[in-house]
Amino acid sequence: MKKFINDVSQVENEMIKGMVKAYPEYLRQLPGGNVVVRAKKKEGKVALISGGGSGHEPAHGGYVGTGMLDAAVPGPVFTSPTPDQIYEGIKAIATNKGVLMVVKNYTGDVMNFEMAEEMAQADGISVKHVVTNDDVAVKDSLFTVGRRGVAGTVFVHKIAGAKAEDGGTLDEVQETAQKVIDNVRTMGVAISPCTVPAAGKPGFELPENEMEVGIGIHGEPGTHREPIKKADEIVDILLDHILADLDYTRHEVAVMVNGSGGTPLMELFIINNHVHDVLESKGIHIYRTFVGNFMTSIEMQGFSLALLRLDDETKQLLDAPADTPAFKV
Amino acid sequence: MADSKQVLSIIQAIGEKIESEKDYLTELDQPIGDSDHGINMARGFAAVEKKLPTLAGKDIGSILKAVGITLVSTVGGASGPLYGTAFMRAGMAAPGKLEIDMDDFLKMLDAAVQGVEQRGHSTTEEATMIDAMVPALTAMQQAAAQGKDAKTVLEAGTKAAWAGVEHTKGLVATKGRASYMGERGIGHQDPGATSFAYVMETISSSLA
Repeated sequence: MKKFINDVSQVENEMIKGMVKAYPEYLRQLPGGNVVVRAKKKEGKVALISGGGSGHEPAHGGYVGTGMLDAAVPGPVFTSPTPDQIYEGIKAIATNKGVLMVVKNYTGDVMNFEMAEEMAQADGISVKHVVTNDDVAVKDSLFTVGRRGVAGTVFVHKIAGAKAEDGGTLDEVQETAQKVIDNVRTMGVAISPCTVPAAGKPGFELPENEMEVGIGIHGEPGTHREPIKKADEIVDILLDHILADLDYTRHEVAVMVNGSGGTPLMELFIINNHVHDVLESKGIHIYRTFVGNFMTSIEMQGFSLALLRLDDETKQLLDAPADTPAFKV
Repeated sequence: MADSKQVLSIIQAIGEKIESEKDYLTELDQPIGDSDHGINMARGFAAVEKKLPTLAGKDIGSILKAVGITLVSTVGGASGPLYGTAFMRAGMAAPGKLEIDMDDFLKMLDAAVQGVEQRGHSTTEEATMIDAMVPALTAMQQAAAQGKDAKTVLEAGTKAAWAGVEHTKGLVATKGRASYMGERGIGHQDPGATSFAYVMETISSSLA
């Protein structure tokens, strides 16, 4: 393992400190933990909190600011934060309008956030949650815990965040968040694994000529492997899955080409070039495009495509101002 | 069977076992999960070890609840809430007790199993720690009903837990991150079931 770190046990803490030092006008770190909240608490609106393992930077701390999150709770690398930390975050941002938790559908995340929700509710704080599950690589069925929540979650932060900033009630913000969840689908692929610092070795081995399709965001294996192909063909594979899952025809969509951390922007733009051509050829109108590293997996070489079906309300909320370290509209 | 002092030393021994098997548990997690089960559990039990001196002289119920809360607040992932709930529920089933017998222990383990099932919305045959916990509990209940001594009962529990671990290799995981592997997960031993078997084994050998 070759990384720019000091001490494996201090990776998360030093990362948060460095992030807060980079963006003091946006972020404040709660004492006694790694929870990040808005530098200036905003009263009178529903507060949004999200989080998950570290290693997904700029998620989630990068999305704390006007029009998106009020708090982000990072756990250890790829491991859900603990309920006491989430609870501290909720208490710090809670307003009289309540708190919405945006949780990605990973067993650990859901359990820890639910425990924190119970703790906060016992204090009389009004807390609700939504669970994002945009990953089409994983089939939903009666027998599984459902699909994973991945990069599409950033659209939930943006749009539900705008709804909250607009003065929406807790129920309304939750409804809008759920509408985004219902209309966003994502799928990812990787050509190299990442190394969790505490594990010290790559999460999986991948031969030079293979790619891992249907990858999640925690360095865990995807759904299957196949020989690596040209960028356009890989885009076709991912789009086939996404478009087969939800009918996007005659809809306006927001596109997110999300890098996994080890993929240069050059390649992400090559990917985006073909995404646009394919969608246009299918009569799907692209309203807005986001290309960059939004929900990463440390240094993994890979990317995911997220497609969000828009309506008048979500279009307007997507365009509403957002001012955070990692996302500005 | 055990007093609160022994319970503290058993917890210490469980922590040592987890620490020594940390890399193995993480390796088991690598092909199916996100290669951190051993790391997370070791982090939690290291925090528990620091807490143990403050628990000396307390009753068994309070000790186990404190251990559970410490695990929940340090392990993270799914293992934190699951193991944390298991210890907390076991503690709640032994309120104020300074000594427990086999009957108490079985009640505590039963409460722990129910807690894990509830927290994880899970049951047997889903390739999770429950596939080691339930067989262990059942085997021990049977052995106890036959009037076997504590040592024999605990050994039966450990044996059944390991058989349960072995059984997870043939299952398609439908809970946790392993579920995203689908059929590809067959052949892999569940890390959570394995760590529970170590817990059971440590309890058994500490009291034997």
